[in-house]
Amino acid sequence: MIPLLFVILVTVATVLLGVIATKRAQSASDFFVAGRQVSVFMNASAISGEYLSAASFMGVAGLVMRFGYDAMWYPVGYAAGYLFLLLFIAGPLRRFGAYTIPDFAEGRFDSPLFRKIAVSFVMFIGFFYTMPQMKAAGVTMGSIMQWPYWVGIVVVGTVITFNVALGGMKGITFVQAFQYWVKAFAIAVPLFVIMTVYGGYTSTLSKTAGNASGFPVLSTDGTYKINGKAKAPTNVVAFQAVEADVVFKSATVIGKVSPSRKPEVGEDDLDLGAIVKAGPVPEGTSIHLVPVIVTKGGVPVEKDGKAVVTGVKLEFDDPAELSLTKGLPVPNAQRNSKWLAPFGTLTSKHGYPLLYTYSLIIALICGTAGLPHILVRFYTNPDGRSAKKTTFWVMVLIGVFYFFTPIWGAVGREFIPGLYVPNKTDYVVINLPGQVPGLWGDVLKGITSAGAFAAFMSTFSGLLVSMSGAWAHDIFGRILKPESSPTERISAFKVAAIVIGVISMVLGLFIESFDIAMLVGWAFAIAAASYFPLLLLGAWWRGLTATGAASGMLVGGLASLTAIIAFMLSERKVFTIVDPLIKSLCEQPAIWAVPLSLGVMYVVSRATKASIPADVDEKMLRLHAPEGLGYSKDYIASDH
Amino acid sequence: MAKSPFMSNHVDQVMNADRDRALLGRVMRRQVRLSLGVASVFLGIVFLLPIFNLYFPDLAAQKVGGFTLTWLVLGVLFYPITWALSAIFIRQSNALEDAIERDEKSGVVR
Repeated sequence: MIPLLFVILVTVATVLLGVIATKRAQSASDFFVAGRQVSVFMNASAISGEYLSAASFMGVAGLVMRFGYDAMWYPVGYAAGYLFLLLFIAGPLRRFGAYTIPDFAEGRFDSPLFRKIAVSFVMFIGFFYTMPQMKAAGVTMGSIMQWPYWVGIVVVGTVITFNVALGGMKGITFVQAFQYWVKAFAIAVPLFVIMTVYGGYTSTLSKTAGNASGFPVLSTDGTYKINGKAKAPTNVVAFQAVEADVVFKSATVIGKVSPSRKPEVGEDDLDLGAIVKAGPVPEGTSIHLVPVIVTKGGVPVEKDGKAVVTGVKLEFDDPAELSLTKGLPVPNAQRNSKWLAPFGTLTSKHGYPLLYTYSLIIALICGTAGLPHILVRFYTNPDGRSAKKTTFWVMVLIGVFYFFTPIWGAVGREFIPGLYVPNKTDYVVINLPGQVPGLWGDVLKGITSAGAFAAFMSTFSGLLVSMSGAWAHDIFGRILKPESSPTERISAFKVAAIVIGVISMVLGLFIESFDIAMLVGWAFAIAAASYFPLLLLGAWWRGLTATGAASGMLVGGLASLTAIIAFMLSERKVFTIVDPLIKSLCEQPAIWAVPLSLGVMYVVSRATKASIPADVDEKMLRLHAPEGLGYSKDYIASDH
Repeated sequence: MAKSPFMSNHVDQVMNADRDRALLGRVMRRQVRLSLGVASVFLGIVFLLPIFNLYFPDLAAQKVGGFTLTWLVLGVLFYPITWALSAIFIRQSNALEDAIERDEKSGVVR
């Protein structure tokens, strides 16, 4: 009950703040970029509030819990992207003065066609980014209310959609600033309490390091619900190589039995049939797990003088309920030493750890600079100098926040390892506080639930604003009905917000089995290969032509989109990607897609040299000349 | 922003294309040098850390105050490093813009 109260409190505060601010949002300019008058502190809080999505609040902690060191590249990349934004993009774009990336695309190249292409990418990236927010809503409500996944999505999605449709962006600036502070409080304060009860950051890590060959163990007997094939890849339970008894509490169907340890080349196929066989399993079946000796040509494989052993990995076709006993080294977790060290199962799974790591870093760094809902906020700074100052403060605010996220993963691994069994590490931030005994546990869970709400509400609101804004301002206002009045555009915005909100909720229903932070990583990868090259070259290379920029953006963006969708389908076992290198490059496409996009832009621009606008130097001066020289002007007049 | 005679209706005026082109070249050269300088320090850190982890795993796993060295760098020190780099960049970038404005307004062509 207490967590629900906190969630309702933060939701009501959000809606009320939105309503109060709306009363002041009058003109169309107010509606789209908050009248372009927001103080540095307010703007930095609002950008951070918008940026710290559910992926940051819940996803990173879950990913660190699951994958350890490797997952820390996510928060680092999210934070690092801001530095890149500051170095190459924030200043020029603010001086150029446009509401949106499509404004930049059209203004820089005088090409209305290009505007349409740029707008379509606002939608692509936006939807990729809204899906994980929706998952977070379903997960949080599921955990605190025991609601089914879809109910959380529908309830939360509806509230936010109406809030945006009523308020526009002016409403949201205050709300998002407020939400940053809710999130910062919620990620930090409960952790201090939890750490005084259970042990601190370094002591937990030291404990993990001190038992290098061990695993976290279940602290109580318990029954765990495992998903069926419909929610692959979360239908997997990979037992460690130990002796233990497992009871099936419900009838189910095991689709596949294989060794938990990935076999190396030349090793024999192991006969696991003595332990458990694929096929239907009646309710109440009990199986006895034993370590299976790995052999090569019939001879046991040895490493450091000890026989190499493996547990069994079960993949369920139907949902299952397993009863596991206290003290069991938890299934699905990595060994302590692997978890703590670089190149664990996240980056090594395809056998190319360095490639995977680099590709992830590139996606996150370049992707941040290309996120449509973040860039638009730079225009709410009065000038370029305050835009830079704002970026600095954003980096401080999000850096402080991200420092805390891996701690949740580390502490959660030690104290609620049960989350590994059903592949639900995304729940760690919500569930860990509940472990604190008594009333405090409920209060702390309330605080983190409120933080999670603030996280997906703020990001989803921001995305809805930029997607609906792109529709109202770009597609409706400039393409469909250029003669429309400001009032008509505001109505178009409201209708678009509702339609896009509904689509996002529907999409959210399909992605329950994917990690939140990974889904966001993919949105970054698409932004990195489409918007980032456009902004980078558009701002710094006078030779870029509209045709060049548009083709680079299309090729890079669509190629990474295709690669990611191919990977997602292969995860859902729709088809198989055999070559591990190709699979790795599909999952993390930035390392080839960003250079591809930049390359296409360069080559095509060279070939269409004749179409470089005659006034390109004037445009470049608007992007680069210090404002005191008077070359800057707002692309959209502010009385618009 | 104070208005000076220099900037009144500047954009609307028929411009001297050659002068603009030269100005643009000067401004961008100075800006890009600064941005690339800071970026290379930063990218150096980011891209060398995985190499370090791969080739010096024992050093990376060295204990430093309860953390492993590489965890300390990535999970803790990384954030203050980005703050320092961005603070340096912003100070230099503002100084650079002031210098460009001063030079251009006083007609010094370098």
